[in-house]
Amino acid sequence: MKAQTDLRHTCFYDFHVRHGAKMVDFAGWAMPLLYRSIIAEHQHTRRYASIFDVSHMGRLHFSGAGAQAFLEHVLTRGLADTVVGQSRYSLVCNPQGGILDDVIISRFEKHWLMVCNAANRAKLGRWFQDQSTRFDVRIKDETENTAMVAIQGPAALPLLDSLLPEPAGNLLAYHFAVQHYLFLPFTVFRSGYTGEDGVEIICSATAAKMAVDFLLRRQEQASSTTLQPAGLGARDTLRLEAGLPLYGHELSELVDPIAAGLGWAVAQEKRFIGSEILSRIRRDGPAKRMVGLLVDGPRIPRPEMGIWRQGKLAGRITSGAVSPTLGRTIALAYLDSDAAAPGTAVEVDIRGQRTPAVVTKLPFYRRTDKGNDHGSSPRPVLHADA
Amino acid sequence: MEAPPDRFYTPTHEWIKPDGDAALVGITRFAVDELTDVTYVELPAPGASLTAGKPFGEIESVKTAGELYAPVSGEVIEANEAVKKDPSLINQDPYGKAWLIRIKTGPNDYSGLMTAQQYQATTAKP
Repeated sequence: MKAQTDLRHTCFYDFHVRHGAKMVDFAGWAMPLLYRSIIAEHQHTRRYASIFDVSHMGRLHFSGAGAQAFLEHVLTRGLADTVVGQSRYSLVCNPQGGILDDVIISRFEKHWLMVCNAANRAKLGRWFQDQSTRFDVRIKDETENTAMVAIQGPAALPLLDSLLPEPAGNLLAYHFAVQHYLFLPFTVFRSGYTGEDGVEIICSATAAKMAVDFLLRRQEQASSTTLQPAGLGARDTLRLEAGLPLYGHELSELVDPIAAGLGWAVAQEKRFIGSEILSRIRRDGPAKRMVGLLVDGPRIPRPEMGIWRQGKLAGRITSGAVSPTLGRTIALAYLDSDAAAPGTAVEVDIRGQRTPAVVTKLPFYRRTDKGNDHGSSPRPVLHADA
Repeated sequence: MEAPPDRFYTPTHEWIKPDGDAALVGITRFAVDELTDVTYVELPAPGASLTAGKPFGEIESVKTAGELYAPVSGEVIEANEAVKKDPSLINQDPYGKAWLIRIKTGPNDYSGLMTAQQYQATTAKP
């Protein structure tokens, strides 16, 4: 771990310290692990709403006449049918089909914006430079000029409706719109990483502090505790309950998207880096598959712990937690494909103790109110270019 | 970091508080803050014998798992049932309600341990 002083600070560093955060090194950034309690922040997000600083995530800007062709080449997901104002989850793979990163790509009028994992930002930057020589594309890293927060939870949208010029509820899932506060533009995305409804907002670094102070001051005036800050600890347990993979745990260059259960994000109608191998893996089936496990007892399976079935090592844990919502021990893992069907009984080796577990369908948690994901007459999105 | 002066401390962040010919054992606020939310604690049954410096139990949190080390040798009189039932007590009150075990010790068992002041010096942040 680097000394705290060598770490990058997001725009919200002072905010975190003022709110008593325990700061940790996350991919070279000083980030809040928690403010009060990981479990309390998790539960607050499920019941009300939390604000997460996710400014450490990479924001890459692609423009030029060949930007779309370039992105089609490096992304597993097809973009031909996207419209301005729409975002898509995609993988970036190497020619062997290994996952370099998982990203969200958003289509603006004159450019594309990619949000990538903090730990992969430098690697992706180099990868894209190397791949871009025969494309007319300009790639700009906007991470440190901008800030990004996620506001997530059942109370997030009602709360924002009273604050934003245009209600975020008008956006379909995985759509975004550019709005203005005074003269300052910011982009509101209907997306997140917690299993709750909510938004992610990107704005300029200069506007960021002002915006969060404004948000929390408004709340203070209303003597409301609906919106609370939450740290990376809660973000991790929330995404785990929602069955969402995390790069460095479930996803890596040693894993392909089909094994990770992300075949839906791999286009079959286009060629891209890794497409040949991935279509072969899709046809033949992956050797291992990502699964969810319900684990007996209170002890938490940790990454790399072995999973045994009928006396043989059948896989490894990638993430584990005591689910605050379910009150049960849960884990994500890779298992040999013949052991990956829901209902399969296995044993996790937790520090020498064989602990019974059963393969279960993902996600562990699904919110009951799906917002307007399938709902009624959302208005079309305007002004989608910043 | 808070460390009450009425007890002794180990380099592995346990405390022991003498109480007549017995003593209470727990973990420090520093340890609790490093662990984050405690989710599980495994404690020995009454009658179990402890050896100074050897593990006597296990503690688990959202972030990590670790062993608990005996500050001194002795015999377990009682394990804190309230903490076993609700491990989050350890986050709330590690020096008070969330003691872990009560043990029977011999006399003069504390000479190899740190005072609160010495312990605080080891956990000070630069």
